[in-house]
Amino acid sequence: MLKKVALIGGVYSNHIALKKTVEDAKQKGVDAIYCMGDLGAFGPNPDKVFPILIDNKIPVVQGNYDNSISNGLDDCQCGYTDPRDNYFAKLSYDYTFRKTNDVFKLWMKHLPTEIRFELGNYKVLLSHGSPRQMNEFLWETTTPTHFLEKLCADYNADIICATHTGIHWERKFKDDKYFVNVGVIGRPENDGNTFVGYTILELENDFVNAKYIPVEYDHHALAKEMKEEKLPEQFIETILSGWWTTCLEVLPAKERIKGKF
Amino acid sequence: MQDLIKTKQDYPEIFLDSLDHLWFQVAGTLCNIKCEHCFISCSPTNHSFEFMSFEQVNNYLEESISRGVKEYYFTGGEPFMNKDMFKILERTLELGPATVLTNGMLIIPEKAEKLKAISDNSIYSLEIRVSIDGYTEMMNDEIRGKGVFKKAMEGVRNLVVNNFLPIITVTKTWEENQDEEVLEGFINTLKSHGYPRPRLKILPSIKIGKEAARTKGYDKYEYVTNEMLVDFEMSNFICANSRIATSKGVYVCPILIDSPDANLGNTLEEASKGYELKHQACYTCYLFGAICSNYSSVGRDA
Repeated sequence: MLKKVALIGGVYSNHIALKKTVEDAKQKGVDAIYCMGDLGAFGPNPDKVFPILIDNKIPVVQGNYDNSISNGLDDCQCGYTDPRDNYFAKLSYDYTFRKTNDVFKLWMKHLPTEIRFELGNYKVLLSHGSPRQMNEFLWETTTPTHFLEKLCADYNADIICATHTGIHWERKFKDDKYFVNVGVIGRPENDGNTFVGYTILELENDFVNAKYIPVEYDHHALAKEMKEEKLPEQFIETILSGWWTTCLEVLPAKERIKGKF
Repeated sequence: MQDLIKTKQDYPEIFLDSLDHLWFQVAGTLCNIKCEHCFISCSPTNHSFEFMSFEQVNNYLEESISRGVKEYYFTGGEPFMNKDMFKILERTLELGPATVLTNGMLIIPEKAEKLKAISDNSIYSLEIRVSIDGYTEMMNDEIRGKGVFKKAMEGVRNLVVNNFLPIITVTKTWEENQDEEVLEGFINTLKSHGYPRPRLKILPSIKIGKEAARTKGYDKYEYVTNEMLVDFEMSNFICANSRIATSKGVYVCPILIDSPDANLGNTLEEASKGYELKHQACYTCYLFGAICSNYSSVGRDA
């Protein structure tokens, strides 16, 4: 029976953080590790991510980026509508598409859009954006509790986990239901810290708790690699400073005001 | 109806997928200004729709809970003319995120402070979208009326000093090749008026109401056909995920409240039925996606 699992959100080609995260989770004695999609984007050399996941037998939920890249779509389906956001999203998407091996594209194409398991008596559902739509943003300050209650009812789950937004949060609500955004390990959380993070879900005394685990990694090495790959300076600045510089227009008011830009 | 040009009865029908966004025509068609491009011709004397009371709004809010509504939007007219507006926002923000579409002119320092207090008291975001249609006084006031630019900019400044990042909402009234120049103009103007991190949202114009008179309105071929919807993502239409409550019942979308056929009933339940996309304004939604929603809610419906 599963009691303690590690949930890894968007990787965004950050293979250095992924490696560190997997090591950290194993060291903490988890029963299983899951990855929740968006393997490429933003970072350098996307192909370095796949062997880490495959070698460690980590089940992966398909993210919108993975769906786009593996199906040869025109864009990442990130849901950006601002012209500047789209400009940077396209740079990143074209680079990732070009640098992803066809074998890995095929592998991503067949990833499931959800993973379900039980933690004690709790039915856990892992999705990328939300159970109903892969690229839906569930931000903390724009997701009503009654909406989450309906999701749990509609999708027959006690605990729903998602990633996609890039900022972790959690909320418990009535009947012992739980929503957890597990964060991402691809880039920092727009708070001026350079670490990234993942989530451990653990059953303790018949209750499940989510714990966000910050992961310090060699972000200078990642920045160097991004520079070598001629990725935009703005992306590198985010890795080095912890502040988002692009794709900001999708942030709701309260998430946006906490950032620098 | 002026904007109805089809005669044959084979309009595409759209169904409500899920009620994600609940809009309120909270100020009716009453506004303190008379913009030249207003698609529902709001003015100080247009009583087609009246202010909604706190009780009216709250009844719909209550009904929205079991339907899992995700976001609440308030429009008019000018929402801050409604004397119940602050009470309405307080109640709404107990349930979920709220967005107000305003011309900003009535947001004096005391009101901005009150909005801050309401926002700080909630876990949800309160977005204020301020409509400004030109980055110079001349360009804006030509559309929105004399003296509007100065007052709107004061409203923006009052919001910014109270920790808001208002979304400046601009209706596109310029040519395609002027995009860059206009955007830069807006950013510079806003920065020089005390808004260092401006957020902008550009909307296409909806060529009905006063806007039809200002421009030439829709061309006769601009409507949605069944053929256009083959392989089309229907959630691009705002009516796939939204409804708007008014003083006269629930309508299919914020744009079409002047069309009696867009009134779908008195409750959210009644208004959950499908709708035929027979209006030319639907063509704008077809082209540009659910333009009325915030950027943060995209992914689901834009």
